Amino acid sequence: MKIGGEILTMHHISKSFLGVKALSNVDFTLRAGEIHALMGENGAGKSTLIKVLTGAEEFESGEIRIAGKPIINRSPQEAQLNGISTVYQEINLCPNLSVAENLFLGRQPQKHGAIDWKTMYKKAKEAFEALDINIDVTSTLDNYSLAIQQMVAIARAVDISSRVLILDEPTSSLDDSEVEKLFSIMRKLKECGLGIIFVTHFIEQVYKICDRITVLRNGELVGEYEVGNLPRVQLVARMMGKDFEGLAEIKRHEAGTEEDNAATVIEARGLGCTGKVKPFDLNVSKGDVIGISGLLGSGRSELARVIYGADKPDTGELKMNDKKLDIRAPLDAVRSGIAFLPENRKEEGVIGDLSVRENIVLALQARKGIFRLLGKKEQEEFTDRYMDILKIKASDREAPVKRLSGGNQQKVVLARWLLTNPDFLILDEPTRGIDIGTKNEIQRLIVNLAKEGKAVIFISSEIEEMLRTCNRMVVMRDSSKVGELSNNEITQENIMKAIAGGNAS
Amino acid sequence: MKKSNIKSKHIINHPLFLPLVCLLLVLIVNLIQTPSFFKITIQNGVLYGFIIDIINRSSGLIIMAVGMTLVVASSGGTDISVGAVSALAGAVCVAVLGTGESYRMPYIISLLLPLIAGMVCGAFNGFLVSYMRVQPMVATLILFTAGRGIAQLITGSFILYVKPVQFQYLGSFLPNVPIPTPCFVATFVILITWLTLKYTSLNMFIQSVGINPKASHLVGLNSKMITFFTYVFCSVCAAGAGLISVSRTASIDANNVGLNVELDAILAVAIGGNSLSGGKFSLFGSVIGAITIQALTTTLYAMHVSADQLPLYKAIVVIIIVALQSPEPKRWYYMIKSGISSGRSAREAN
Repeated sequence: MKIGGEILTMHHISKSFLGVKALSNVDFTLRAGEIHALMGENGAGKSTLIKVLTGAEEFESGEIRIAGKPIINRSPQEAQLNGISTVYQEINLCPNLSVAENLFLGRQPQKHGAIDWKTMYKKAKEAFEALDINIDVTSTLDNYSLAIQQMVAIARAVDISSRVLILDEPTSSLDDSEVEKLFSIMRKLKECGLGIIFVTHFIEQVYKICDRITVLRNGELVGEYEVGNLPRVQLVARMMGKDFEGLAEIKRHEAGTEEDNAATVIEARGLGCTGKVKPFDLNVSKGDVIGISGLLGSGRSELARVIYGADKPDTGELKMNDKKLDIRAPLDAVRSGIAFLPENRKEEGVIGDLSVRENIVLALQARKGIFRLLGKKEQEEFTDRYMDILKIKASDREAPVKRLSGGNQQKVVLARWLLTNPDFLILDEPTRGIDIGTKNEIQRLIVNLAKEGKAVIFISSEIEEMLRTCNRMVVMRDSSKVGELSNNEITQENIMKAIAGGNAS
Repeated sequence: MKKSNIKSKHIINHPLFLPLVCLLLVLIVNLIQTPSFFKITIQNGVLYGFIIDIINRSSGLIIMAVGMTLVVASSGGTDISVGAVSALAGAVCVAVLGTGESYRMPYIISLLLPLIAGMVCGAFNGFLVSYMRVQPMVATLILFTAGRGIAQLITGSFILYVKPVQFQYLGSFLPNVPIPTPCFVATFVILITWLTLKYTSLNMFIQSVGINPKASHLVGLNSKMITFFTYVFCSVCAAGAGLISVSRTASIDANNVGLNVELDAILAVAIGGNSLSGGKFSLFGSVIGAITIQALTTTLYAMHVSADQLPLYKAIVVIIIVALQSPEPKRWYYMIKSGISSGRSAREAN
């Protein structure tokens, strides 16, 4: 438990992308047996610092020492040899390989020059049992939820003997009990004298588990603090570089007063998709912000996907503005004025190699079709307008979107949909892996959109977020809709009860 | 000083920089080895010389490379049936015209029908790849083998000759025109493709589908249709190249028309600086790639390398070209440069 000597020091690290300084003169120190939070807003340089440390990116100047010995990591493999292993925010595993293969990829146990499958499965099973995860290690990774996949990634990093463990947003796709499980693992590792770098946006979690905090802002070091000496408000202020406008300022949007005469935008009757979500009814009116709440895998995202046509419904019918909608592909939904921001940004949201401009105009262009190409001027105008409105930070509009930080990428996807001027927006985890400031902005945006008369479905793992923004709450359990709460009924307690299976009226 | 630095960096980073350098290198070798290489004369009223030969001979490959570029971009896979499809198209063409003293059917049908045959082949490939989700190489392997079989079936396994002289216009020269006809065809194909990409959103859609098909689908693109289209287009291009090839020799030899040309077409795409895993692409890169390959072949012939040994020398040069364009040399270049400019960098200190 006692925090030991310095095992990792980074001195005056600088790095720039395409002329934009991502890190300038950043220092970072990690001691043995401590959990050290690395905090900052999107684009503050957290991810870059981690990438530099793990050899995924080269730094331009500065020095990294492990246990006093200067090292250079030219690749993540080299970093691993030097005792640094990482679990990234986006899961970097092979979905088509088995869990055990993923765990031992690159260091498979061998016998007579061939892979020793028996030992591998046995060791994999032990490794997961040690973490209290009960899964079949022989089946392929894509059979499992994001949460489990994340746990596998963590298990892999934990299993590789290391001195420094980096966890980059590991909790963003885990539910509370899974987070607890992860924390207990982290504490165990800490006892063994590992240094853990914990990158997260969840302030609560930082105060729960961390010993020290290093704050970055705009690629510069703000400071290193002991958790006990830095009140939460101070932390937020340091991250944002200004006085913190409390999230509480966002008033829950009350559509209740005009609820009766608001026109119904979307009406689903018995809509369902076998194996994904059981038939459900849902009404969404103008100005509604509807939250969908439930545990991971309860069918939250599936419900949204069925409405959008990302998964084709096989029962029921969908009406939009009182007209029957026959959605066979997402394009039909886009044409009718529905927007869908998917849960998995990297896989289903951004088109990584395309520029910010192309990513933003893509949905509008898809709606217009192949032959009516938006003019170059028009495209640039749209892009500039939304980069301005949503405060998207990029070196310029032609920069590949994959170079942007996670939060800015998410804003690009949002901009893409706002540009189509939809009547109905489905936002699945729009705030995942995003810093507080941007979360705040997105929540405001949602409330404002509703005020303009748009209908919104907002899905989030953070109930507090939905409590602030939603006027109705749909509760999901085991792939079916089990309840609906509106206005004053929406309290954390009621939601929990409904999820747990009490009397959700 | 600094300004010119930025400018030179801009040129070096241009996607067409390395493909052009490679082409220039090949040409410079020629200048040294064969001084007459760049001489262009007029014989019998037509242009004549190595350079003309390169442009003429590369036309078919250029057309195929254009089609292949889109296939690679949209699906991250390659169409290995283009050679067989060109043979098939050639066979259809000759079968339409017959081997008599005059054409059996109007000439225009002998152009349209092979192109339609190409379209059907492409639809078959495209259907397998985009709707049945067969891996591109496996899907096109079917026509790679079967295509020539069908061509043999059409020609009855004979080498057939078309007698009227006009038939050779497409593959050689039109009367009183000093420039080879294939050059016009290739230019036409490039122009049409380029204009289509420039004035429709197809360019963005193809790249988008190639980079992230899932996200493209969710944004409302018909990913499957787009991939399907590129395969159809590629096969039509292959059929066009087949027509030129048949006209060149005024005959169809189903065993040899477009033999191994699929590999050159893929290579042209790669030499053009395009990633074979799909996504971003440069049409002109592939065109330069195709010309480079033909320039290489012509160069080696000019240096009196025999046809049998040709592949070996070609392979060596191709290795050099591809290695030059891989990311590593670029990194070395920057490392060496930064090493010179800042004395000993921090990295070297260790």
